Amino acid sequence: MGLSASQIPEPPKKDLPLWDVKLGELPKWVGRRDISPTGVYFAFKRAELKFHNKYVHVRRGGIAPYAMMLTGYCILSYIWSYDHLKHDMMRKHH
Amino acid sequence: MVGSLFSQFDSPWLFNIPLVILAMLIPWKLFITSGSGWVGTRSEMLMSQLTNTLMGQVMQPLNKKGFSWAVLFSSLMLMLMTLNVIGLFPYTFTPTTQLSMNLGLAVPLWLGTVIYGFRNHPTIALAHLCPEGAPNLLIPVLVVVETLSIFMRPLALGLRLTANLTAGHLLMHLISSAVLGLMELSGVLSVITLVLLVFLTMLEIAVALIQGYVFAILVTLYLDENL
Repeated sequence: MGLSASQIPEPPKKDLPLWDVKLGELPKWVGRRDISPTGVYFAFKRAELKFHNKYVHVRRGGIAPYAMMLTGYCILSYIWSYDHLKHDMMRKHH
Repeated sequence: MVGSLFSQFDSPWLFNIPLVILAMLIPWKLFITSGSGWVGTRSEMLMSQLTNTLMGQVMQPLNKKGFSWAVLFSSLMLMLMTLNVIGLFPYTFTPTTQLSMNLGLAVPLWLGTVIYGFRNHPTIALAHLCPEGAPNLLIPVLVVVETLSIFMRPLALGLRLTANLTAGHLLMHLISSAVLGLMELSGVLSVITLVLLVFLTMLEIAVALIQGYVFAILVTLYLDENL
């Protein structure tokens, strides 16, 4: 199941990383990237591997990666269920 | 009021995409398996120790023939425990509160053990329907009762998990609403209810872990009968 860094194809040529791209040039940057399904999948895999190599596959890791993942999942769940929750907010009687 | 109480168990949808599938894949992403290195890391060691301890517990009733089911049972137990515990985090969805999912797990597993037993040694499997030492006159009744109890097993498995988790979530929802409601009326009562809520949360974490364990161990016991 696990892919190593050598098995995941890198983007074909060196391009600006996302945080260096100006807002106006963002659509052009997205157009230059590989946005086919496999390209998107491998982009997520690269990000996941970067996260794992930084926080999980270290000699003496901690609770940080699991805390980050769970917090992210809670925030994502809040976003997903916002439509349902907004009716209960700022109400005295439910 | 009743609608809003049970609406926390609605499965989430986003633009016609069922998010329950993503919620069920969370344990897969949380249990990060080994990297490409030779040296074991701390998280790998902890994960393998946890898995080995749990597997040792789950596989206790089984003999050597049943060890081929080890991967299935340990992954089942880990998945259920993780799904249950993560459901206690705020705003998350617990797939195991849905009877459809629990029956979808219980029925195939139970049926697999029954078919395994009837296929490999049908006489012994049928002999289980009559307990040893039973009086002769009672045997017909006992066979009927034992057959019924066998058919009730998957229902009980699925319902037990659903009911425990749903009841726990409902209680937490109610008591937290009570804490908020009592804040305006009486601060002391609100604090007492808050303390109760803290203990209830601790109980719910224990229930979440135990129910996952109980589900897996019961399937192990049903297999043990049929091995």
